Amino acid sequence: MASSAGGIAPAAPSLVDRYFTRWYKADVKGKPCEDHCILQHSNRICVITLAESHPLFQNGKTIKSINYQISANCSRLQNKVSGKFKRGAQFLTELAPLCRISCSDGEEYTVSSCVRGRLMEVNENILDKPSILQEKPSTEGYIAVVLPKFEESKSVTEGLLTQKEYEEVVVKRINNRSETS
Amino acid sequence: MFPLAEKDKPIARLLFSTGTCPRCIFRFCSVDFHAPYKLPYKDLIRELENFLKTESDDLTLEATKPPLKKIRLQDGEAQIDNQSQNGGEMTTIVKDENMILEKSYLNACNICLGILQEFCEKKFIKKVCQKVESAGYEFTNLVFSVSFPPQLSVREHAAWLLVKQEMGKQGLSLGRDDIVQLKEAYKWITHPLFSEELGVPVDGKSLFEVSVIFAHRETDEDCHFLSISCPDCFKPAKNKQSVFTRMAVLKALDKIKEEDFRKKFPCPPNSPKGFCSAVEIECAHGAVFVAGRYNKYSRNLPQTPWIIDGERKLESSVEELISNQLLTVFKAESFNFSSSGREDVDVRTLGNGRPFAVELVNPRRVQFTSQDIKELQQKINISSDKIQVRDLQLVTREAIGRMKEGEEVKTKTYSALVWTDKAIRKKDVGFLDDLKDLQINQKTPLRVLHRRPLAVRTRIIHTMETHYIDEHHFRLHLKTQAGTYIKEFVHGDFGRTKPNIGSLMNGTADILELDVESVDVDWPPALND
Repeated sequence: MASSAGGIAPAAPSLVDRYFTRWYKADVKGKPCEDHCILQHSNRICVITLAESHPLFQNGKTIKSINYQISANCSRLQNKVSGKFKRGAQFLTELAPLCRISCSDGEEYTVSSCVRGRLMEVNENILDKPSILQEKPSTEGYIAVVLPKFEESKSVTEGLLTQKEYEEVVVKRINNRSETS
Repeated sequence: MFPLAEKDKPIARLLFSTGTCPRCIFRFCSVDFHAPYKLPYKDLIRELENFLKTESDDLTLEATKPPLKKIRLQDGEAQIDNQSQNGGEMTTIVKDENMILEKSYLNACNICLGILQEFCEKKFIKKVCQKVESAGYEFTNLVFSVSFPPQLSVREHAAWLLVKQEMGKQGLSLGRDDIVQLKEAYKWITHPLFSEELGVPVDGKSLFEVSVIFAHRETDEDCHFLSISCPDCFKPAKNKQSVFTRMAVLKALDKIKEEDFRKKFPCPPNSPKGFCSAVEIECAHGAVFVAGRYNKYSRNLPQTPWIIDGERKLESSVEELISNQLLTVFKAESFNFSSSGREDVDVRTLGNGRPFAVELVNPRRVQFTSQDIKELQQKINISSDKIQVRDLQLVTREAIGRMKEGEEVKTKTYSALVWTDKAIRKKDVGFLDDLKDLQINQKTPLRVLHRRPLAVRTRIIHTMETHYIDEHHFRLHLKTQAGTYIKEFVHGDFGRTKPNIGSLMNGTADILELDVESVDVDWPPALND
């Protein structure tokens, strides 16, 4: 690693590459191309992000608002965890909605948890500055942090796609599109 | 020298006739100077017999008969079997008394079950000392601790009620505290013997402990009636083998009414067939502590063993490299390593190093000169090129608190190799040098969030100093408040540490290498080697 100080362009893996495994879920809730990316840390913590192929990142869309109030009486902003054991966290199933993103073109996207676990926090930084979500979707533009149960730390990602599988899905999608057009 | 006076005679006679040993008789006659207890057992018996016989034999008989009869009757109430065997005639009682006097040389005392008899003999002390010597400990003094079977308290209580009643007849009273404690008398006799045998003083504050546990299976059931009388004193607990602990028994004895006790337990207590046995003779040395500072030169060495799902990630650790050497030299049973903070597996600790302390549990070797410790330090340093230690020294348990305080309040300096996504020139990083006492807010890093509470902590970056390397790299020296997560301050941890080096530079930064340059804790004191 010391050689990287010598002025050669960084071949060093990024922060996400070093500590996280990327998992994907394509067409979440049957909505075409609404792909999510789950970053799982080696300590089992999951960071929920949107995959680069998500429609939000296409054709210069602008985000109008992000809303963590997912129903009349449930807001993800109200989630509070306390102590080492994170008491009081909201429990999320794979399908649990985390937030809704409205775009200026009238489209609305729902972000889902994709993994079972307890909600640690949602990213409030994107409320003030939604553009971060589009600029750095896999780091500062994350949606939420979820802590799976200890005994489910392996199984939560079982139904998800690996990086390679996801890339295949994306390639196939492009091929299909070019066939139909 | 013989300590009993005329007024003690009825008590002495009563106890002696019921099978009590001379030393317990002294205790119940409140003899509170040591010398008489230390006399040889045979002499004590002889002198006691003489004492009880000095007046005419007729008188002795006259005086002995009535209380004895009473005792027999009481005994009989509790144990109907005995009564039929003994017949209850006057002649039998006299014969019995003679027998008791005869057997006193051999029989176990009905109160101490032999503790103040054969367990005060040189022979037993020698046996304990042999164990001590073969255990191979270094010591300059010792503390001797004994554990008596709980039924001794019951028997003591019964004897007290008996003696109290007898004294009541003479218009005298006897408080529980007027009796010399068995443990006290035992100490008076045995401590000088240990000193003589081992050539070191007995000292209550000694770290070296010799402990003996006595048991007497034959009379274990003595306590059982108490659990019926006082059930709430005997609640089972997880870590107790039996509910009849000494403390529980004492509590129950304190609660139980005198008449209830007398109904359930013979006063005087009956004579046991055999003596106690010393079921456990053990030595232990209190922990000793070694402190110093360590350097860690490897980026593949965790501070403590790194084990995930029972599987070792890396073969060694700073803790083991240091402590295993100490463990061998101190011949200790185990160790506990602590330090002023910790560094990640891939972080080096340079400069003067990080303060640490090792508790050595139950060490056999404890006497070291400063030269010995210096050699020990060299031994550690030769054993590995991944770590080095300095300022190695023996310290007290209390002093370690200073190290842990330092962990919270002292500053630390670091050196980080930073990568930036944007191409930089020298003047692009210089502004960081001008930021003094920069306040940052850190959410608990994701990498430790699974085991620490989620919180936002305010930390101060006191100073920063940059050294430009190339258009994507610079070296950053930082002096920060204790408890600052440096890696997160550089890369921002998904924007969860604000501000961070990336955000300050309007881009993305990452940390490639990190070294701890100093841990500014002034303990342990530096040694000039």
